Amino acid sequence: MSESTEPHAHSKEHGHPGAKEYLAIATILTVLTAIEVAVFYIPSMKPMLVPTLLTLSAVKFALVAMFYMHLKFDHRLFSWLFVVPMLLAAAVILALLKLFGHW
Amino acid sequence: MATTAAAVPAHAHGESGLWSWVTTVDHKRIGVLYGTTAFVFFLIGGLEALVMRLQLVRPDNTLVSPDFFNQLFTMHGTTMIFLAVMPLSASFFNFVVPLMIGARDVAFPRLNAFSYWVFLLGAVFLNLSFFLGGAPNVGWFAYSNLTSSQYSPGHGVDFWAVGLQILGIASLAAAFNFIVTIINLRAPGMKLMRMPVFVWMTLVTSFLIILAFPVITVALVFLLFDRLTGTNFFVPAAGADPVLWQHLFWLFGHPEVYILILPAMGIVSEVLPTFSRKPLFGYPVVVYSGIFIGFMGWGVWSHHMFSVGLGPFADSFFALTTMLIAIPTGVKIFNWIATVWGGRVELKTPMLFALGFIAMFTMGGLSGFMHASPPADLQQTDTYFVVAHIHYVLFGGAIMGIFAGIYYWFPKVTGRLLNERLGKIHFWGMLIAMNVTFFPMHFVGLLGMPRRVYTYAPNMGFEGMNQVSTIGALLLVPALLVFVWNLVTSARSGKPAGNDPWGGATLEWAIPSPPPPYNFGSIPRVGSLDPLWHKESREAALASNQVRGHIHMPPPSYWPAVSALGITLLMSGMVFGWWFGVPGAILMLLGVYSWAYEPCT
Amino acid sequence: MSAASLAHAGAAEAHATSTGLNSRKMLFWAFLGSECMFFGSLISTYLVYRGRDATGPHPHEVLNIPFTSVSAFVLLMSSLTMVLALAAVQRGNNRGARIWLAATALLGMTFIAGQCFEFTEFFYDGLKLQGNLFGCTFFVLTGFHGTHVTVGVIWLWTLFGMAMRNRLPRERSLDVEIAGLYWHFVDVVWIAIFTLIYLIQ
Repeated sequence: MSESTEPHAHSKEHGHPGAKEYLAIATILTVLTAIEVAVFYIPSMKPMLVPTLLTLSAVKFALVAMFYMHLKFDHRLFSWLFVVPMLLAAAVILALLKLFGHW
Repeated sequence: MATTAAAVPAHAHGESGLWSWVTTVDHKRIGVLYGTTAFVFFLIGGLEALVMRLQLVRPDNTLVSPDFFNQLFTMHGTTMIFLAVMPLSASFFNFVVPLMIGARDVAFPRLNAFSYWVFLLGAVFLNLSFFLGGAPNVGWFAYSNLTSSQYSPGHGVDFWAVGLQILGIASLAAAFNFIVTIINLRAPGMKLMRMPVFVWMTLVTSFLIILAFPVITVALVFLLFDRLTGTNFFVPAAGADPVLWQHLFWLFGHPEVYILILPAMGIVSEVLPTFSRKPLFGYPVVVYSGIFIGFMGWGVWSHHMFSVGLGPFADSFFALTTMLIAIPTGVKIFNWIATVWGGRVELKTPMLFALGFIAMFTMGGLSGFMHASPPADLQQTDTYFVVAHIHYVLFGGAIMGIFAGIYYWFPKVTGRLLNERLGKIHFWGMLIAMNVTFFPMHFVGLLGMPRRVYTYAPNMGFEGMNQVSTIGALLLVPALLVFVWNLVTSARSGKPAGNDPWGGATLEWAIPSPPPPYNFGSIPRVGSLDPLWHKESREAALASNQVRGHIHMPPPSYWPAVSALGITLLMSGMVFGWWFGVPGAILMLLGVYSWAYEPCT
Repeated sequence: MSAASLAHAGAAEAHATSTGLNSRKMLFWAFLGSECMFFGSLISTYLVYRGRDATGPHPHEVLNIPFTSVSAFVLLMSSLTMVLALAAVQRGNNRGARIWLAATALLGMTFIAGQCFEFTEFFYDGLKLQGNLFGCTFFVLTGFHGTHVTVGVIWLWTLFGMAMRNRLPRERSLDVEIAGLYWHFVDVVWIAIFTLIYLIQ
């Protein structure tokens, strides 16, 4: 029942990321963004544009949430508090798109 | 029940004077502030309704102008929903929830005070419209593009939109606070499935608030941008679709009706067991039903739009989801009935209101279920049939549930009982008057009398029933006056209540009435649901009155009130101009920064 | 603020809670959930109105992918610096905290500058707030995002100021953590906007 800021004594044991891991994530995010932009420009990728981009963005979103926002290592409750509303928002977007005839 | 004065810091003793109310961060005082303010607005909303009923007592009446009638129904709806029912529920969240979970206060006491002050200022701001060019007159749901500056010139709609943005801040702040309080501040041993149902309903309601209010915030942003800066969010000529407003509004609006009813359902779930001398039947089922209603409430919103022409797929989908949501609601009703069945029933006033709730809400639920069928709804929508439905669920439901709560917890708040005889007169008077007012509306609605129209022609067959409705509305007045008289005299000289006048099951009945500022001398350990009805938990609860160790209460603060004033002035600048907005911004920054840097311990 | 009150602030954080989790952190995650609905509604409106404009300018005529890719990259890097700032505070490294907080704020300001430049370009291309549907939905959505970034920048400079006065010790790392959650969220919203508005036209 104590404060939740983790002292770094046990950071390595619990897989808490350090500067190296953060830099690695940043590199992956950069690469993913570059791929997204490339997909946008490469004509032959046109038919797969939407699912590819949505997937890549979802991965970026997840990386930031899990590692930078620390959700992967924190109590599940925080993930629930964020993910459920996020899914609801996504459902609202999809529902409105359907109601207005976009699919 | 020995208390050690030395262990309790001086400011934790009852403070007095106006300033102490302005700076209070005590959830009990904030609860009283919410309740008093909300009740005043309930009476104002009632007055607005009364004038409408007088206008409608006969055909072609000229008591009020058509435009003023439009202002009346707009403000009546807006007031009752945002300034009466929601803050009355909030007053119970505030006073009762920390006590029920064995806490000393909410998680963020200053944020709590802030919510109240923003509510008060927002409510005042909205009502200023009456004196500053006319109140909003576009219905409480303000459909576009009637609300455009072209079709609604003047400031009425601006007051409405800005007012709701301000009130939204208050609701959001309170909801965040209660979510954290309920999840994080429970006494040891109070697992989630040992929490009173009222606490569960507060939790579900709070989640609905934090998820639904952002949607109306965005809708209001679009409306204000259209009106104040000339954007085209709802301008058909630019290709926009006014139906988007309806979708955004009802995506908020439907969860909002559950926000209005779930707290009252929670209250009823506390009152019925106490006065049946029997635990709530099917506690887990009642809890899960409440949670299901919270989730499913997101899937039904377009049932408010069956006449818009959404197409057969959408209409069918929402008809189905709307019918399905009747299931968890019905389940709760059966559980409540099963609670009373076989119990040693005491028909005290709280119990009468709780039973009245079940009967009236069920009736409202039946008419609601009738609306769920799109073909049927095409006849019912925009008629008084819907007005009947709304008032059975909100007056017969939410308001009666709230009165049950008032009679139930008034002793805890004041240390005195409300008079039983007057309470019964109030109950029966209100029950009869309510039915006389709203039951005829089912018929007159199906005969075709439209809502939100200031008069009707003679020989439509509407006169008789309108007269009856108006008589009913007038009969509500003495019933309410009896209540106000009861309130005022009992607060002064009612019978002393003691800790536990009703033999309740939950923790608040273990401590004095009114509770000391710190609630519990020492935090109790809870071993079961309905702790006061189980031997060990009861002993632990009663022992909590003994002060053990240092009690640390948050000190009072004026920064919440300052910040609230700043935000209100800032936002009012959208109506009153930058000479309000700029000082508001400065005051808000000052308030928020000072609050952040003020030691919170 | 004296050492005693700092210690007191730390002690205050250690109030026992039912879950063992910090209440302020919990409040903030609930707030971020709520913000998902806020931005979700703004994004929905943009997407619902997309393609309904009779008059231009239209997205493909105006949006500058290379430029926006760079500003997206800038914001992503600011999340890196933010997390490094938090790590520094958690280690009690005040110098590192100052450097990385300032870096994050500066990257945020760079992003805002980029937005201002971009919006001015669009304005001269004929895209107006009061113009067509693309104009109002785009500017209100990205405007709110930019406002959020601005609030974040102010927040970061405030924390920087505290670090400069040696008032951001290890015990106050939660303050930085929460600012970080806000900052990363704003970044994540941009990931969504960049993909849905810029890349998927």
